[in-house]
Amino acid sequence: MTQDTINHHLTEDLLADYATGVLDEAFALAVATHVSLCDECRARLGALEALGGSVLETAGAVAMDEGSLDAVFARIAGGPGDTKPRRSAGVLPAPLQDYVGGDLAAVRWRPVGMGVRQAILRTCGTGRARLLYIPAGVAVPDHGHNGRELTLVLQGAFRDEDGRFARGDVECADEAVEHTPVAELGEDCICLAVTDAPLKFRRLIHKVAQPFLRI
Amino acid sequence: MGTGVDRTAVKGDEADWTSAMLALRDRQDREAFAALFRHFAPRVKAFLMKGGASAPQAEEVTQDVMATLWNKAHLFDPTRASVATWIFTIARNRRIDAIRRTRRPEPEDLPWGPEPEPDQAEVMALQQETERLGQALAQLPEKQRELIERAYFGELTHSEIAHETGLPLGTIKSRLRLALDRLRHELKR
Repeated sequence: MTQDTINHHLTEDLLADYATGVLDEAFALAVATHVSLCDECRARLGALEALGGSVLETAGAVAMDEGSLDAVFARIAGGPGDTKPRRSAGVLPAPLQDYVGGDLAAVRWRPVGMGVRQAILRTCGTGRARLLYIPAGVAVPDHGHNGRELTLVLQGAFRDEDGRFARGDVECADEAVEHTPVAELGEDCICLAVTDAPLKFRRLIHKVAQPFLRI
Repeated sequence: MGTGVDRTAVKGDEADWTSAMLALRDRQDREAFAALFRHFAPRVKAFLMKGGASAPQAEEVTQDVMATLWNKAHLFDPTRASVATWIFTIARNRRIDAIRRTRRPEPEDLPWGPEPEPDQAEVMALQQETERLGQALAQLPEKQRELIERAYFGELTHSEIAHETGLPLGTIKSRLRLALDRLRHELKR
């Protein structure tokens, strides 16, 4: 389902690397999930893919083997495929459901402490993708990371120094950014978080938050 | 490797490829598929080889790309993507699946499918934008165009392009940006 209230979008770097197919799998998962929710970034991605189409047209040709077309006809002998449009009516967009094995009910949460839960998703490459469940009013624990960090809101909302992030909004932070996201009151917050290196929760007892009752 | 492809040959052909693609989508037209195959399969093969695939590997994956084109033809929407763009995305995805052997998370499809009778004005507008984008690419200085091609072959990241030229990426992309912005506007609607 798309919506028009998204205020925080993907960076050009992320979209371009996704369009050219070189983005690390965990980050690609976040891009595909955001694009599922955001028409603006879907259009930006479409423009970058159109450039890929131009490159394909103009960058050369290599003759196919003898009998190649017949081989393809043999492959498609079963008639047109039954590839159905992929779409989700749940909280988790389709690309995330592919990794979770279903919607929210299928997530295998593990407690991190103080009500915060996480579920690490299986991806190849250097990035690490996880779902975070943050009870309403709780601050996300201080966590160290060496590179990029993406946080994509799927349910509820959080606020930090950069503003308010609700469903579909994505925060693209690098190591220079220091932020203390706090889940809004009212609804528990569920996010997809992707980091370059395994995320290390530090000083958990101190930092996993007391409920923030003044928002 | 055939590098002598006429860079202006795209012009005027877009409409033909779109018609062929719609014949494939709506009637499973084998002649139309054969025409698409003869034009695009050698380009996909070259694209994959420039990305590092061996000739037999590129042949195999290209056959798979063309079979996927047939199987997903019913999802083709000529108001949202040119045929070349559509085939590029299939080839890119198969490169990741088959050659890099990692999973490829893909966005979900739009809530509405392709229109049975697409608005001709919209189809034409997209074709013209696509042609302008191709021209903008062809008019870039050779070195910059090569870098962009290498990015799409999967050799370079976006930030590596900037690093290699010593130029801010915005400078490289300045000529492409207008064409991309126009296309983005068309696609957004």
